[in-house]
Amino acid sequence: MSAQRFAPPASAVPARPPVPSPTSPHEPAAAAAQGAPAWREERRLRIASLLVFVLLWQLGASLADSRTLPDPLAVLARIGAETASLALPGHLAVTLGRVAVAFAVAMLVGALVGMAMGRWRKVDAFLDAWLVLGLNIPALVTIILCYVWFGLNDWAAILAVAINKIPTVVVTVREGARAVDPKLLEVARAYRLGRRTTFLRVYLPQLVPYLMAAARAGLSLIWKIVLVVELLGRSEGVGFQLNVFFQFFDITGILAYTLVFAGVVLAAEGWVLRPLERRLGAWRA
Amino acid sequence: MLDIRIDTKRYPDRGGRPHLALSGLRMQVARGEFVCVVGPSGCGKSTLLAIVGGLDRACAGEVSMDGAAPADLGFMFQEPRLMPWMSVLDNVLLVVPDGLREQARARAVELLRAMELGDVLDAYPGRLSGGMMRRVALARAFVNEPALLLMDEPFVSLDSPTANRLRAMLVAQWQRCQASVLFVTHDLREALALADRICFLSPSPGRVVLEYTVDLPRPRDPSGAQLEQLHAQLLARHPELLAGLPALRAEAAHD
Repeated sequence: MSAQRFAPPASAVPARPPVPSPTSPHEPAAAAAQGAPAWREERRLRIASLLVFVLLWQLGASLADSRTLPDPLAVLARIGAETASLALPGHLAVTLGRVAVAFAVAMLVGALVGMAMGRWRKVDAFLDAWLVLGLNIPALVTIILCYVWFGLNDWAAILAVAINKIPTVVVTVREGARAVDPKLLEVARAYRLGRRTTFLRVYLPQLVPYLMAAARAGLSLIWKIVLVVELLGRSEGVGFQLNVFFQFFDITGILAYTLVFAGVVLAAEGWVLRPLERRLGAWRA
Repeated sequence: MLDIRIDTKRYPDRGGRPHLALSGLRMQVARGEFVCVVGPSGCGKSTLLAIVGGLDRACAGEVSMDGAAPADLGFMFQEPRLMPWMSVLDNVLLVVPDGLREQARARAVELLRAMELGDVLDAYPGRLSGGMMRRVALARAFVNEPALLLMDEPFVSLDSPTANRLRAMLVAQWQRCQASVLFVTHDLREALALADRICFLSPSPGRVVLEYTVDLPRPRDPSGAQLEQLHAQLLARHPELLAGLPALRAEAAHD
């Protein structure tokens, strides 16, 4: 691939499969058997890294004033209390709902526009300036304008988040659409595969690495922006609640909500996105 | 009967001047006939196949198969062009029309077994050798039992035992399903080993300058004495026609 302004992470670029060796069909099985311990080792490292983080936190808490940095146990206790009162689950559910809708809208619109821009030069030329503008508008500006123009409601909030995310999805997917192999599309035409089959089984699979890169980057960006949107103009959700805690200088509350929310996002990444990516990329293993 | 009439086919050249690739080309392929197209590199052989296959419609002329544009066809390219994210079996089933895939599964498996790929049905193409990938592409070309098979130098860059094995498999499948074949090559020996009839193209702009019926019994031995004799005869009789073929040029230098 040529030099790109916005390339997805190296791991996401569809690497050509390794040079085919004179294979026996048993080779893949052997490679998989070797891969298993490495995978377990990796998980051990992930757990170790989490433990080190908690230890450092504890150490910092014991040195600092407990009001500025409460220790992990205090925060854990607070999570328990907020969960028991149902305040935390309620706010969390509202925020996650907004994240999910904004994520879906941003991925769908961004992917469609990105494919169109990668496919047709005229569309690309027409929309390119909008894209640069969209990439560079501060999130805060879109949020304020959406609230001013569309009112302090959920749709304005979701729209503001989606508008912030769409340009980055477009850029990544456009790069993928430009890298689509015309020779494989020619196979589809030669065999008269039809638009639907060509799109779903020949075109889209080539975009999968780019879509996955956009999704993973998107999730982390969106949940940060959703909190700002909630802080500025909603009266429920994690962002709103953080603002309340800030007014009362309630660091334990802030850390409790942050931790739970980050945990949910980590779980989505680890239990949904990463396995999905591993499955879709199995052929590259 | 496949009927090809190409009056002119132009390409915009790199400098913007149109380049005449094919001109006044007429060709017919009977049902079940194996026709090889031989010509020097750059004479428009691949262009011809792209036009017949409906991949390139920007030309003056007409291609018809029994009165209609050819649609029921298999195509083998110079590279295997398999979908790297699909298993071997799914690659073959990809070209089966929607709704017929389940019925075609048994046929596809049988075809792949006949190509000695029974052990790698679920493997991804990235795991296969070059020869194996071509065999998958060959199975894909035959799975719909098409009326017309277009092949664009499908066995180049293979070592000669592997290529000969693939040629034998191709001939076996062709004899079984009685497709018309249009096979492009720059290798006269390959053409003699495969074809019922050979059409020789002139250097660009390409047109048919000689048709030659190959009277060799099948199965043919690609390195047999009969074929060698025919090869030498053709070379002696039409030195000027075949001068553009790279393989022949190299031999002429030896003599």
